[in-house]
Amino acid sequence: MMKLYDYILSPSCYKVRLMAALTGTTLDLRAVDFHPGLEHRGPELLALNPAGSIPILEDGDVLLTESSAMLVYLAAKAAPDWLAGSDAKEAARVQQWLSFSGRLTSSLGGARLHEMLLRPGDIGALQSSGIAALRELELGLVEQAERGQKFLAADRPTVADIACFPYVALAPDGGVSLDPYPAIRLWSRRLRSLPGFIEMPGIHRLHELKPEPQLEKSET
Amino acid sequence: MTVGPMFDEWYPVGIFGQLDAAGRKTMLMGEPIVVARDDNGDAKVTDGTGRSLPVCVRYGHVWTSLGDPKKKLFAIPEADQPGRRFVDVGVVRVRCSPLRAVENFLDIAHFPFVHTDILGAEPHTEVQAYKVEIREDVDEVWATQVEFYQPQAAKSASGGITTQYMYRVAGPTSTVLYKTCPPRPSEWDVITLFVQPLAEDLCDVWPWMALFDDDTPMTDLIHFQQTIFLQDRSILENQVPRLLPLDPGMEMPTRADLTSVAYRRWLKRHNFTYGAQLVAQ
Ligand SMILES: N[C@H](CCC(=O)N[C@@H](CS)C(=O)NCC(=O)O)C(=O)O
Ligand SMILES: [Fe+2]
Repeated sequence: MMKLYDYILSPSCYKVRLMAALTGTTLDLRAVDFHPGLEHRGPELLALNPAGSIPILEDGDVLLTESSAMLVYLAAKAAPDWLAGSDAKEAARVQQWLSFSGRLTSSLGGARLHEMLLRPGDIGALQSSGIAALRELELGLVEQAERGQKFLAADRPTVADIACFPYVALAPDGGVSLDPYPAIRLWSRRLRSLPGFIEMPGIHRLHELKPEPQLEKSET
Repeated sequence: MTVGPMFDEWYPVGIFGQLDAAGRKTMLMGEPIVVARDDNGDAKVTDGTGRSLPVCVRYGHVWTSLGDPKKKLFAIPEADQPGRRFVDVGVVRVRCSPLRAVENFLDIAHFPFVHTDILGAEPHTEVQAYKVEIREDVDEVWATQVEFYQPQAAKSASGGITTQYMYRVAGPTSTVLYKTCPPRPSEWDVITLFVQPLAEDLCDVWPWMALFDDDTPMTDLIHFQQTIFLQDRSILENQVPRLLPLDPGMEMPTRADLTSVAYRRWLKRHNFTYGAQLVAQ
């Protein structure tokens, strides 16, 4: 079974857990004491990933330390629909947003670590680069809507959506509001209603999709 | 704003085991402080002028006060009980009033909606009647005979159970709960929320636990509690108004639950208003 070095509060690890859930893949989760223990910077994990970051994915002789590569790996094995098709523009868009997701990690992710877990950093700079990235994403989604497409790179969800979604959804944790971005909010609802969607702390399921308790009762 | 009587109370300011000589630069009610270890390895807290503040190391954390504490730090006898595991969950910063962080911890009605499928689940949303009192001898708020159905009460629980709870407010920003211990029904698990007030609307929260659970790896115990607290954090940061409303006159009938009413009454009695907003009816 694939083994994921995981932290429940890490949006990057959540990408991989979410992708696995959406594609019906089972992961063996190995919890890393990221906070307060800083285990990801200890000798055992540095030997696997000299960058000192998580997630880390092991599958036989495959060892991955970039979440985008993990998403592609899971999709290729279990659900190739989530990868780019043969259309040149679509393939480029998937790649564009996969790379772009790194900017969300460093900006919004950095702001969140600063505001929540007291990681040192220039919070003003982190938040303003996060806002710049959100504006770009909002515009990308509006352009997609004009093409008649509901997701970031195609009319179906792809690895690009999963790569960008977590840090965006958790922007408020870092003191960045999502109120100014209607297209992002709509896109987030769409992703949260996908069959197999799972939550993480700070990212809720859509309560309104659950049956009303009274209705359930009166049916039985 | 003057701090008032909360000035003389004890507050958590760091995990003792993680301190080094360089120390942790932080704030306590608007005052810059440094929490460090001295040459003997003992905890030492100094304020912005270099003055040494009172120090006490207990329950995994360093405690201090800007003023002159009238009492020793509250007791948690379970902290000395053999066989328990002590879990330093780690700090989480929350942009909310320190008093609101405590009040939210006392309220079980939010479990099914905020901690869905862990500490509560629909349709089990009803909170049965329980007892609340201010215990004059120890000057603490206690809620007892609290019961709630929980799908996953603890890492050690292997399915849904009805959990018994007791809640306790031991200091203006320190609260302790006792809940059914799944592997040892004759004992209580102890879970605390120690809150460091940085400002009236900003706090560092230090959850800590003393559990009977020989099986779960320490990291999993930490993550279970961090998951729960992070679910609370997003709620706490969105509460309006940011400060805890306290009616200076008569008790106002609120939607809040009984424990919260008693906590507010106790805060008012002591004039513990740092992080509160006095609202006239
Ligand atoms: N390689 C990147 C790293 C993701 C990342 O930044 N992970 C954070 C946790 S969410 C981390 O490990 N940070 C290391 C640190 O902040 O010390 C990826 O897989 O997307
Ligand atoms: Fe909660």
